Amino acid sequence: MKKTFPMIRCASGALLIAALTWGGAASAQFKVGFMATLSGPAAALGQDMYDGFMLGLEHSGGKFGGVEVEVIREDDQLKPDLAVQTVNRFIERDQVDVVAGVTFSNVMMAIAKPLADSNTIFMGTNAGPAPLAGERCAPNFFFVSYQNDQQAEGVGKYATDKGFKNVYLMAPNYQAGKDAVGGFKRYYKGAVAGEVYTRVNQPDYSAEIAQLQAANPDAVFVFYPGGMGINFIKQFRQAGLLDKIPLLSVSSFDGSTLPALKETALGAISGSFWGADFDNAVNQKFVTDFEAKYGRIPSQYAAQSYDGALLLNSAIKKIGGQYKDKNALMAALRAAEFDSVRGDFKFNKNGFPIHDMYVFEVAPDAKGRVSHKTLQKTLPAHPDSYVGQCPL
Amino acid sequence: MTLNLVLGQALNGLQFGILLFLMAAGLTLVFGIMSFVNLAHGSLYMFGAYFAATVASHSGSFLLAIVSAMLLIFLLGAAIDRAGLSILHRRSHLDQVLATFGLVLFSNELVRVVWGNAPIYMDAPDYLSDAVNIFGLNYPAYRFAIIVAGLLVALGLYLLIERTRIGMLIRAGASNRTMVSALGVNIAWLNRFVFALGAGLAGLAGALVGPILSVEPGMGEPVLILTLVVIVIGGIGSIRGAFFGAIVVGLVDTMGRVFVPIWLRAAFDPAMATAIGPALASMLVYLLMAVILAFKPEGLFPVRARG
Repeated sequence: MKKTFPMIRCASGALLIAALTWGGAASAQFKVGFMATLSGPAAALGQDMYDGFMLGLEHSGGKFGGVEVEVIREDDQLKPDLAVQTVNRFIERDQVDVVAGVTFSNVMMAIAKPLADSNTIFMGTNAGPAPLAGERCAPNFFFVSYQNDQQAEGVGKYATDKGFKNVYLMAPNYQAGKDAVGGFKRYYKGAVAGEVYTRVNQPDYSAEIAQLQAANPDAVFVFYPGGMGINFIKQFRQAGLLDKIPLLSVSSFDGSTLPALKETALGAISGSFWGADFDNAVNQKFVTDFEAKYGRIPSQYAAQSYDGALLLNSAIKKIGGQYKDKNALMAALRAAEFDSVRGDFKFNKNGFPIHDMYVFEVAPDAKGRVSHKTLQKTLPAHPDSYVGQCPL
Repeated sequence: MTLNLVLGQALNGLQFGILLFLMAAGLTLVFGIMSFVNLAHGSLYMFGAYFAATVASHSGSFLLAIVSAMLLIFLLGAAIDRAGLSILHRRSHLDQVLATFGLVLFSNELVRVVWGNAPIYMDAPDYLSDAVNIFGLNYPAYRFAIIVAGLLVALGLYLLIERTRIGMLIRAGASNRTMVSALGVNIAWLNRFVFALGAGLAGLAGALVGPILSVEPGMGEPVLILTLVVIVIGGIGSIRGAFFGAIVVGLVDTMGRVFVPIWLRAAFDPAMATAIGPALASMLVYLLMAVILAFKPEGLFPVRARG
């Protein structure tokens, strides 16, 4: 028995050396922990985010600023508790350099604390809840998407410019729904014909649509993401209202739902900061290559995440690949020296973008497929409404 | 609150009730006659919607889509009963719940693998895509067509169950299954027919909602819950109970969503009414169920003397 000890020691020594060299090799890779909602009814959103991000990485030559990249992909299943575990694993076991993605605001709020406490760089590519733009803003948070209220604010401005005097508001009965309605009202100056909050994931809107019809508004504003938007607009059109009452929306009739709607949604107005028809060179390349690779028109979720990859690439390039210097990397991210698919892009002090808001009409594109057509810019260089509460 | 609004909402409630009836008729027969709890009934509804959408997009014919979806789900029902569900008939309800819940999860993933994560497209045919005028009220033509189709199916079911030999056996099976078997009726075949019939009706319901609702994975579960409420209210095993239960649930749910917030706004300040209105309205159906169960524990139209 005695003789075996040196053998074991030798073997474990060799293993240790192997582990150290292997570990050393691994640390030369820039690690991204990409978490999004990749299963359940909202999986299409997370899939677009991931695909957009990976296309951005591919367009950066498969590297960020010349550094090899490893992307760890995780599904949060839209469960905040599971998301917290995943993020803790990203931070402690995988020791990622950046956590990215995050589809839903409730998940975002749950993981904000572990990220802020560990000072891990976070790059959000969709959810942008108000508290993180306001009092709970953090220097290591970068949202390359938008603050939740911004798009609704743009549509509110559009309603005011159009001279609508009596708008009917509808949203699901949860925080994001109330935020969208709140954002709209911040820039809309007319009267409110009615404000209705429906059950989350309610399939049938016939009762609410009949009420809406009775109120006789000059326009309707809705926030119905995913399947809810599909249900709503099908029923709105079948009631014969789509031609009669202008339908304004955010996050409802977008790249994630238009394939299931096609002509049904023609004429609906949608507010965003990006459209597939933007004619800047970066966007043209993104849209063309995304379609060629994945066989569908990219959604806003894909565009934001693509921007995220380009931003990381620009920042690491700017600091000469020395990404382990966290402060330098954060400063380079904040500088945002990349060409965004949306055109002008600048970070505010709270890590949320200052960018132009547009409205779009659902209309056939050049190839005759149903997509978004840019109508007009509503709020140029628009900062979010919570930056004043950010102590940074 | 005009008369038109009330009439419109009554039609909406009726239409919703009719859809619930198509779901509940199958579920109540299977539960009542075979004493089989089938949570996967909602999955058959989902498959109905997916089949209809697929057939509609390939053939361009809406009627063909509806009819073929119903037939395919009828056959699918017979097939899964043959393939294994029939083994569960004799097992405890808990086993049935576990097995069919597993089927729900499996079906949702299967749909995701075959058709993808994103909702798929289905629209009403052009001749039903506008509104019709009923007593001066503009009502969506497609929803009106659902009401008519559903009432025809209800009539057909009534004739099948009350006026045909197989209907007689089904009724006898609901009352006393052992005795029917003892009289020389092949209860396995009767069961399979009933199960497939229920599946076909669920498939029809799914196909009919395609143009109104988003066709997506997991679309069956919300409607399954209300369907269970309907059969509990109506009395398990009773087609008549399923019909009236469905209409009552449809009307209460729809009317509640409209009028509860209006009444609350009259009684409380608007902010509070907006906050509690939607929550209270969505509880209404379950309150109704609790009240009915308190006074009539067997449901509104109980099937007598079950064996």
